[in-house]
Amino acid sequence: MKSQKFWAWLIFVLGAAYFIIPLAATFEFSLRMRRGEYSFDAYASVFADPYFASSFAYSVIVGLFTIVVGILVVVPAVYFVRLRMPWLRPFMEFVTLLPLVIPALVLVYGYIRLYGSSSFIPFTGSVLGTDILLTCAYVTLALPYMYRAVDNGMRTIDIGTLTEAAQIAGANQLQIIGQIILPNILVAILSGAFLTFAIVIGEFTIASLLNRPAFGPYLVGIGTNRAYEPAALAIISFIITWGAMGMINVLGRFAPRTSARTD
Amino acid sequence: MAAFLEVQNLVKSFGTNTVVKGVNFAFEKGEFISLLGPSGCGKTTILRMIAGFERPTSGAIRVDGDEITHLKPNQRKLGMVFQAYALFPNLTVGDNIAFGLKIAGMPADQRRARVEEMLRLIGLPGFEKRFPYEMSGGQQQRVALARAIAPKPRLLLLDEPLSALDAKIRVSLREEIRAIQQDLGITTVFVTHDQEEAMSISDRIVVMNAGNLDQMGSPHEIYNRPSTRFVATFVGQLNTLPEASFGPNRAIRPELISLAPRPETDTTLTGTISDVGFLGSVVRLRVDVSGTPINIDTFNSHATTPPQRGDTVTLHLAAKDVLTLGA
Repeated sequence: MKSQKFWAWLIFVLGAAYFIIPLAATFEFSLRMRRGEYSFDAYASVFADPYFASSFAYSVIVGLFTIVVGILVVVPAVYFVRLRMPWLRPFMEFVTLLPLVIPALVLVYGYIRLYGSSSFIPFTGSVLGTDILLTCAYVTLALPYMYRAVDNGMRTIDIGTLTEAAQIAGANQLQIIGQIILPNILVAILSGAFLTFAIVIGEFTIASLLNRPAFGPYLVGIGTNRAYEPAALAIISFIITWGAMGMINVLGRFAPRTSARTD
Repeated sequence: MAAFLEVQNLVKSFGTNTVVKGVNFAFEKGEFISLLGPSGCGKTTILRMIAGFERPTSGAIRVDGDEITHLKPNQRKLGMVFQAYALFPNLTVGDNIAFGLKIAGMPADQRRARVEEMLRLIGLPGFEKRFPYEMSGGQQQRVALARAIAPKPRLLLLDEPLSALDAKIRVSLREEIRAIQQDLGITTVFVTHDQEEAMSISDRIVVMNAGNLDQMGSPHEIYNRPSTRFVATFVGQLNTLPEASFGPNRAIRPELISLAPRPETDTTLTGTISDVGFLGSVVRLRVDVSGTPINIDTFNSHATTPPQRGDTVTLHLAAKDVLTLGA
């Protein structure tokens, strides 16, 4: 027994060290901007950079739009496929997995070919058009996570009978989705939303190739030009991402017991 | 009186499989109707067509003179209770009951009053703030009943609402449903596979068999004058009488045979008791009449002890009680 516990702990410590040492080293390095003593100078420098705030704000806004569009696309789609076209489910599974298989680079080159300024639908011809295109690209990137979160959420409630109960009480499709289905899968949707947010905040390829001032390209730009700030930024984005993940758990605990969960 | 609920030549096919084969019935306002039959007989499909969840292949459904065959479920002004309760898990009991009222646009204060009235009616006053998961199955089903009748629907549809409950609650809730139904005078269609349940609460029963309506009538008519062999055997117990002395397809209910002559009895049979079942108020005897097993139900009595296995007995019955089973 004793030795079994020892080995279990050893493996745990090794595993933890694998994750924690680089993080701790990065954090330590980020504090060494001032010669000879630890300081938060690198963080001050990051926060003082107007591009940090503007690129972060840009990514947050694009992230929020991505979440809203993602919910509007995915929730009704999953609902109707589960309710009326269950034979379409394997096809849905396949389509929603495609963004994981097709590299973002391929996706964005396709977009530029299709929606470039010389095409029939020149989305990239204007700033707003490019922002819309970026949001659409992110909806696609986040699709595997959003779809699975919502699908799991709907699996835990009897959407067929709940729909019929609401219908016979006089509710229309919109009222059923808005007042019955959505509230019951709220926690599932939130977990999908935070995953989406985490993806959008760190995304580089698409934002960079569409030449939008997002947080990902900013991170990479800093990384190639500065010494200590990238380490500070790495720690900051680590905290943001884990904050988003942590929120999934926190909200899951606060949500009413009736709400469907994904865990 | 004109028919309140009318179903005409109703047919439903799923692909090549026809599950409802031209059913007709008409009922008056305030009646409690049961659709009774084994699983797969089409009773649930008929209910779902009345609700609007299934589209009839052909035929018509009319409520209070309005043709509703092609209306959407949310346009029919009906109430329904489902087998699996189907309360909205995100809403409190009060909000569940008020759901249909809110959709219909009733002001908040009237809604609150109606919810209170409904909770008193189902014997759960003060439960507004509870969530469905905090309640027992029987309580949830009563809330589902309140939710269905709160908007004063034209018709109440009950889809095996008692099947998921345990035996004792099943009996008390069915009595409660019947009392509320009579109190409100609401026309009700109740789907069940349990013949005892159907007989105990219905004004009229529709017995379904393999997509066809076999017989329609009061519980008393259905039980005492079954029109087909299926109805006779599905509803209640039945003894097939020996062909040698009665002819083919003759049968009789177990409670219509006695061990002593009665004024109306005119026929006797002799047999040996092969089994004695003491069920409390009823003693069920199995008698072997030259190879044909016949069950007899007699009432328990303080004074006399039940006969013993192996005793030879004479059975008395009246020829007018003998049923002739058709096809």
